Amino acid sequence: MKLKTTILALAAAAAFGSAFIGSARANDAEAPPRLKWSFHGPFGIYDRAQIQRGFKIYREVCSTCHGLSLLAFRDLADPTGPGFSQGQVEAIAAEYKIKDGPDEKGNMFERSGRPADHFPSPFANDQAARATYNGSVPPDFSVLAKARGYERGFPWFVFDIFTQYQEHGVDYIAALLKGYEKPPAGFQLPPGSQYNKYFPAKSINMPPPLSNGQVDYTDGTPATLEQYSQDVAAFMMWAAEPKLVERKSLGFRVMIFLLAFAGLLYFTKKKVWSTVEGHA
Amino acid sequence: MSAHSTYQPQSKFMKWMEARLPIAGLVHSSFVAYPTPRNLNYWWTFGGILSVMLMIQIITGVVLVMHYTPHVDLAFTSVESIMRDVNYGWLLRYVHANGASMFFLAVYIHIFRGLYYGSYKEPREVLWILGVIIFLLMIAAGFMGYVLPWGQMSFWAATVITNLFSAIPVVGDPIVSWLWGGYSVGNPTLNRFFSLHYLLPFVILGVVVLHVWALHVVGQNNPTGVEPKSKQDTVPFTPYATVKDGFMIVCFFIVYAWFVFYLPNYLGHPDNYIPANPQVTPTHIVPEWYYLPFYAILRAIPSKLGGVIMLVAAIAILAFAPWLDTSKVRSATYRPLYRQFFWIFVVVSVGLGWLGSKPAEGGYVIAARILTAWYFIHFLVILPLLGLLEKPKPLPASISEAVLGKDKAGAKARG
Repeated sequence: MKLKTTILALAAAAAFGSAFIGSARANDAEAPPRLKWSFHGPFGIYDRAQIQRGFKIYREVCSTCHGLSLLAFRDLADPTGPGFSQGQVEAIAAEYKIKDGPDEKGNMFERSGRPADHFPSPFANDQAARATYNGSVPPDFSVLAKARGYERGFPWFVFDIFTQYQEHGVDYIAALLKGYEKPPAGFQLPPGSQYNKYFPAKSINMPPPLSNGQVDYTDGTPATLEQYSQDVAAFMMWAAEPKLVERKSLGFRVMIFLLAFAGLLYFTKKKVWSTVEGHA
Repeated sequence: MSAHSTYQPQSKFMKWMEARLPIAGLVHSSFVAYPTPRNLNYWWTFGGILSVMLMIQIITGVVLVMHYTPHVDLAFTSVESIMRDVNYGWLLRYVHANGASMFFLAVYIHIFRGLYYGSYKEPREVLWILGVIIFLLMIAAGFMGYVLPWGQMSFWAATVITNLFSAIPVVGDPIVSWLWGGYSVGNPTLNRFFSLHYLLPFVILGVVVLHVWALHVVGQNNPTGVEPKSKQDTVPFTPYATVKDGFMIVCFFIVYAWFVFYLPNYLGHPDNYIPANPQVTPTHIVPEWYYLPFYAILRAIPSKLGGVIMLVAAIAILAFAPWLDTSKVRSATYRPLYRQFFWIFVVVSVGLGWLGSKPAEGGYVIAARILTAWYFIHFLVILPLLGLLEKPKPLPASISEAVLGKDKAGAKARG
């Protein structure tokens, strides 16, 4: 027993020691600060007003360069997400030009969008995007909030299981939007790039996209970069995981059922085994 | 599946049936009357858990295939349409993806239980080897399944793992082209991985049947490692084992559901939500957690061929455990030294897993080399030597004696 404890202590010490080796490595991007999100935790839901504000920012600013191709306009009516009315969805869709066809004469044509259409891409193809955006393809927003994250390291990744921390992506995105700084002395910034302390390589091709007062908020929410970055990140989380609210609420019912079922089975097991001597 | 059948058909139809196809008798003797040692602890419920996991994976997988498109241009979006537009598609996919992790979690517990209680020893060698074959098939099935969503990690995992075959001298490169169906990982690769990913679970099911058959011939091991000697050492499978397994299966589901509903992407890698791009290599190509110990072993060896050989050897060596372990005593409960080395081995395996997730550089490589060496030393040196050097504790005369104490068991046996 004593030896076992020693082994475990040694293993823990080794793990902690190596964690320090890891964190001491240079040129790692800074870990984004953890923010409070309405969709965190077992009862998490999307804040409709926030998702709508985020969508406003996307439409007025981000959509110039970033696509949302996996979403259809009808998705904006999702009552657990932006919750727009049918009329609002139709009005938003109609603002977009969609390429359709061929018609009966064999020609492609443009028409205004309908709720069933997907968001059109802001550029024709990746090559066109690279030519326009300094060699980079602005990533599509559809699943971006799940496609980004940062290393939590030992022992935090163990605690995350119990605290249900799943918001690595949104924390990173919100931080990135505020992470533009002057490069430190001696940092070689490639032409056309910006310095961002949260970006893995620290040199990013996207110019600072948001600044204070850039987008009008009609609901009295402060029009600050701080607020914008969180709102658009929350919108991106909804876009990436539109079934989150449904998932968590079903999960709670499943958990209650499983716990009750396990309890019943435990007492059944006790009863069945009570006739076997030496067992409980 | 052996001669325990005490099944007496009651109805006229069942009598008619039993005379022609005695399937009810087979089920009865295998899962009702089958005698199980009375002292099995909860670590013995993982076989049942694994059977349930296999069924969940097959059922969710068959439904997912109805909506999935195995094509390089469509695979990623078809998975996303499952997530967004298929009724409960998100649930099916998360149950299936996290199911793979839970399957491996359960199989690792099952394997370590076998190692702790010496379940591989005579007469259970074939049972054990069939288990190693199931594990190998699971590794292959899991890997190919991970490729199907065609994200960045899918693509690069497929590239890295298939490239391992190029380490084989002379025929390596032709084998890799043959596996790919071309000169790089592409649509033919995705198609064949899809085909095999659908096939392998049924192969696993077949080997599981053999595994259960072999189990029912030799009987279950138990925490004392002493074979049942009399009727009072065992209890019938139903209701005793069924209710105990049932309880643990539901407890396991609680952990499983925690991940499916609250942390569905925790065990995955964010990069796999980026569509596959042959032009962009991810900074760190990391396999799923359940392959990490083997990945660490692969990278610990400086030569590519050497790494591949050690990777295969790390799994294959399990099959030789029955002969490498020279001790006549099965259970670690009565082997004070082996028990310590067993726990060191557990820590080493977990440590290798952690190192597998780290970049192969500096201190990590040195640590991985030390732990890799220990992994093999455990099997090749410690297991053979311990049997000769260790002085085991006295074994109980029977399972009943271990459970009830000497006097009571003796009194019962006398009558």
